[in-house]
Amino acid sequence: MSDSKETILNRVKRALGREDDNKTTTFKSADINRNYQQKSELNSEEILQQFAERVSEYRAVTEQISESELAEKVVQICKNEGVEKLVIPPGIETGWTKGLSGSVTILRDEPKPLSKEELNASDAILTGCFLGVAQTGTIVLNAGPGQGRRALTLLPDFHICVVKQKQIVGIFPEAVRSLEETVRESARPVTMISGPSATSDIELNRVEGVHGPRKLHVLIVS
Amino acid sequence: MDKKNTPKLPTFEKSAKSYLDNTQLRRNIGHATQTIRGKRAHVVHELPDWEELREAGSRIKAEVMNNLDKYLLQLEASVQKAGGTVHWAADGDEANRIITNLIKEKGETEVVKVKSITTDEIRLNDALKQEGITALETDLAELIIQLAGDEPSHILVPAIHKNRSEIRDLFRKKLNIEELSDEPAHLAEAARLYLRKNFLKAKVGISGGNFAVAETGTVAVVESEGNGRMCTTLPETLISILGIEKIIPRWQDFEVFMQLLPRSSTAERMNPYNTFWTGTSPGDGPQEFHLVLLDNGRTNVLADETGRQTLHCIRCSACLNVCPVYERTGGHAYHSVYPGPIGAILTPQLRSPNDESAASLPYASTLCGACYEVCPVKINIPEVLVHLRGKVVNHQKKTGGIKQKTNPTHIGMKIMASAFRSRKKYERLQKMGRIGQKLFVKDGTISRLPGELSNWTAIRDLKPVPDQTFREWWRERS
Repeated sequence: MSDSKETILNRVKRALGREDDNKTTTFKSADINRNYQQKSELNSEEILQQFAERVSEYRAVTEQISESELAEKVVQICKNEGVEKLVIPPGIETGWTKGLSGSVTILRDEPKPLSKEELNASDAILTGCFLGVAQTGTIVLNAGPGQGRRALTLLPDFHICVVKQKQIVGIFPEAVRSLEETVRESARPVTMISGPSATSDIELNRVEGVHGPRKLHVLIVS
Repeated sequence: MDKKNTPKLPTFEKSAKSYLDNTQLRRNIGHATQTIRGKRAHVVHELPDWEELREAGSRIKAEVMNNLDKYLLQLEASVQKAGGTVHWAADGDEANRIITNLIKEKGETEVVKVKSITTDEIRLNDALKQEGITALETDLAELIIQLAGDEPSHILVPAIHKNRSEIRDLFRKKLNIEELSDEPAHLAEAARLYLRKNFLKAKVGISGGNFAVAETGTVAVVESEGNGRMCTTLPETLISILGIEKIIPRWQDFEVFMQLLPRSSTAERMNPYNTFWTGTSPGDGPQEFHLVLLDNGRTNVLADETGRQTLHCIRCSACLNVCPVYERTGGHAYHSVYPGPIGAILTPQLRSPNDESAASLPYASTLCGACYEVCPVKINIPEVLVHLRGKVVNHQKKTGGIKQKTNPTHIGMKIMASAFRSRKKYERLQKMGRIGQKLFVKDGTISRLPGELSNWTAIRDLKPVPDQTFREWWRERS
């Protein structure tokens, strides 16, 4: 045991008035009343609408489309935004990119991972997600299939994210509970995204786009 | 925190006066705090269960403090299991040494940093500079502060005291940009370009952390700009430093704190980015992770049963934005990296009782209670302020020698205390007062007292003892 570890632990014990207590497994039981909302009271259609609304309020672009429109939509966005180099994470559904032709170069993160420089020089990243949270307009990534490692959604300046209706939960506690497995079992990193990168550091004026992707386009598939 | 070479800092009372004269500063801060107050109220009222969340947040933090040694050991074990290394730092100097050595082992002389008040508290950047290591601040406001050679003045928006044209002038000069408008969007773009190349080449990143989960070893950084994601994702090595009070017991507790923090802090439903990492992940992000756990006076706070709740703080800064004192003086008058109401109770507890500047802070309040009302974890700041005032006075009496023993305030208070303890004495004193006050009562009030007592009446009127008190009237009546 390092000296400072012992010092700090002894100070803590002294501060709590239990120097003699060496049972390190028993905790003073806590009386925490979790009587706050655990689940949204909205129905699934309301949840969908709230998600779309609140994501838009962060000045992200949102569109509600059907599964069959998705491939064409991706082509159209790339064309409108002038995307020439599109990054694709491992495990993405093949149907999403099937419409893309020669004008868009697809950069894959496998088998060899893309370098930071390659990512920085790309135009956009297309991903799915783990969850959406309607109450806060948040997209949750857990490095699962179709999402990739964290740098992929960070360095490109434009993030196109596909969220399926069944992935959208009502309120934040529902999302936290769904993530238990990610964190406990696989210890994978979790990233929560609520709108594009922003700062309010200058006179508390909100400015979109500092270091993360400056543009976020969310395709809600129902 | 108390470095031998730190010059003696002025008291709050002294510096507040000079900051009050700075009208530009008052305008900047007044505008900013007013804006964010309104926004916060709006998003807080949106949640029907806000009070239940506050109560849960408060209890979870109390649970952590009551079992802190156990949770610290649990956190250490979880982080190690997830592939990280844990270091313990009893004070700021030790933390700085640990971090310096880790960077030197990597052979690096430049590191990127996410905004962290804890590193400001221990003056990490100065310590690194002395060892030839440059720490680049990557949060926009911290970059502004660093380029200006200034000190932060707000927990959330450290450059709140600077307006857009001041920032434009600074960027023009320090970043060598000739053409730059004072539009916040253009200023942010300038910072983006300047920092991007540094993010790409950095080998070591340094961060603080908002929470560390004892049960899983997960550390969270809550931010807006994406510089936090850059620093915690791109470098090969990540060093994070957290105060020992930043622990939460379970992953589940995020359902409470991630609702409380953004709404209280940036007044948003959710801030743009939250990053949660658990040790290291193969092929994703830094492959080496060091967690430095810092005491630096926190166990002294823990030892004080009334003051202990100060450690519940999640650094949202809602209390600053509602404080009538902070709104007028700004953060610099507090001479601490923790300004505002929370700073007024945290700083004196972290520093030595002999630090006069810190000892003046519990008086930097009107005790109006607005801070308690907005605190997302229900820290009773007015209660702690009064408690600390008592401690300050007792310390002065104990160490002040004859000068303090003959201090008229202390003597006066002693007389009052003894009078209030007995009905007889109290009534006798009233009678004496009725005679003594005759010379000073004018139009039913006392607005000027002589000698030492004039300090009291200099800023407030005193109500005279009435011709007949309630008790006298009651007795006469029966």
